[in-house]
Amino acid sequence: MGNIVHFENVGLRYGTGPETLSDVSFTLTAGGFYFLTGASGAGKTSLLKLLYLAQRPTRGAVRLFGEDAGSLPRARLPGFRRRIGVVFQDFRLLPQLSAYDNVALPLRVAGVRESEIEAPVLEMLAWVGLSARVTAKPPTLSGGEQQRIAIARAVIARPEILVADEPTGNVDPDMADRLLHLFEALNRLGTTIVVATHDMHLIGRIPRAQLMRVEKGRLVDPSGLLRHPPGAA
Amino acid sequence: MNGYRRRAAIDLRLLGEGQRSWVMAGIMAIMLFLTVLAGALGLGVARSAGGIDRQLAGQLTVQLVEADASARDVRARALVAALGRVPGVTRVREADRAELAALLRPWLGDAGLDPDLPMPVLIDVTASPGAAAQVAAAARRVAPAARVDGSARWLSPVRGLLATLFWVAIALVLVIAAATAGVALLVARAGLDTHRDTIDVLHMLGSTDLQVARLLQRRIARDTLLGGALGTLAALALVALFQTRLALTGSEVLGGATLAPVDWTLLLLLPIGFALLATVATRMTVLHTLGRKL
Ligand SMILES: Nc1ncnc2c1ncn2[C@@H]1O[C@H](COP(=O)(O)OP(=O)(O)OP(=O)(O)O)[C@@H](O)[C@H]1O
Ligand SMILES: [Mg+2]
Repeated sequence: MGNIVHFENVGLRYGTGPETLSDVSFTLTAGGFYFLTGASGAGKTSLLKLLYLAQRPTRGAVRLFGEDAGSLPRARLPGFRRRIGVVFQDFRLLPQLSAYDNVALPLRVAGVRESEIEAPVLEMLAWVGLSARVTAKPPTLSGGEQQRIAIARAVIARPEILVADEPTGNVDPDMADRLLHLFEALNRLGTTIVVATHDMHLIGRIPRAQLMRVEKGRLVDPSGLLRHPPGAA
Repeated sequence: MNGYRRRAAIDLRLLGEGQRSWVMAGIMAIMLFLTVLAGALGLGVARSAGGIDRQLAGQLTVQLVEADASARDVRARALVAALGRVPGVTRVREADRAELAALLRPWLGDAGLDPDLPMPVLIDVTASPGAAAQVAAAARRVAPAARVDGSARWLSPVRGLLATLFWVAIALVLVIAAATAGVALLVARAGLDTHRDTIDVLHMLGSTDLQVARLLQRRIARDTLLGGALGTLAALALVALFQTRLALTGSEVLGGATLAPVDWTLLLLLPIGFALLATVATRMTVLHTLGRKL
């Protein structure tokens, strides 16, 4: 399988502050399963933002799907973003829309016909255990329920890469297992999965996954247990 | 069909239903009220001016100055006869000499009544608009010294006023249109700001700037049409009232300002035109503003 993501000496700086990320280099293989760990504030979310094109690197090169993401013209961003599903750390659900409409949004954005939306959306909501809350608006849902809607929204359009930032932070261990199972199923269908998490238990559940660790804005090799950087050249 | 309608509803729900919507509709009601009034003024004035032009096109005056009173009378009769034979001429009338003398008395006193005074001959000719050149040619054949004038001269101040009013009305419509585009621009910017979170999420899910622009466009078009329709109806009611009162004046210039069906149609199209304008202004604002982001 080919390289789907490639970072080379990537640095990221917010405004005029210090570098949040420095000299980050790694390669992700299409169809791989990756965990990203690190202390709070180490730069996990920042790294993922580069990956899902919410930030451009201040230096270095980010290659996505074989193209230089740093120099993509604005008009081409939507096409790339539709190939990447994101579970945001803060969910970013639209509070004015029902659970159903939130999950359906990526399909509507992609122009899928309405008749082809209902079945997959209901199926996805059933999978995350929210069949009973289809018409509920996010503010009336618990943190865990919102997180599951965020996950359903991220995977509904069958992205090539799924990026999940702390996707199990608000759910009980049973639901966490269930969600991880969903990620695994998607991974088997060919989706590349990148999950940022503190949860070592979760990491242990997928032995074949590779682990990347961020410390103070740099990727470090976590002692022997898993490989780092995965597939680094 | 059903799918599309449901989708449109969801698109609008994406932006929520705020109070701003009513403010925009209210502003657009005022804008179109003023625009339709200005437009009606312009169209009415154009109608009136057109009426005068049509009337004047065929009104000519032949003037002859001849010192010798008897030669003058002979020439005058010959002129009247010759002009009456020109094709397209419907009426030839020599101005009454006594009337003229009365007009001149304030300047000349009773001397104006002296038959020896070289009083000019004035002949009013009514002809079809195309016949003016032939009338002039015929007059000169009989009396080479004759002068032929379109009698538009005495009405030209009125005509000039109407022309000015017309251009003022056009300018008003254009100024209000520019203001409307400006309002749309401000509303679009405010909308981008208010809905920044929603728009960010849409972008992250792969929305194009055009899709975002369409959301705001649709909302502004709807508000403009809604408010604009109200403003237009109010203005048209006022115009209709004026029309009946103008007709009652019996004045040719004022009565000529009666709007034709095509004018009413044009006025009814104004809110649609303004909705299009607001839509385009919104689209350009959104695309321009978003284009400068990541
Ligand atoms: N938009 C921003 N502007 C300025 N600084 C930022 C911004 N986002 C993050 N930072 C800073 O960058 C550093 C890394 O933040 P980041 O969110 O990537 O950490 P994280 O590893 O995801 O932490 P957590 O586990 O708490 O989610 C932090 O010091 C944070 O203050
Ligand atoms: Mg984070």
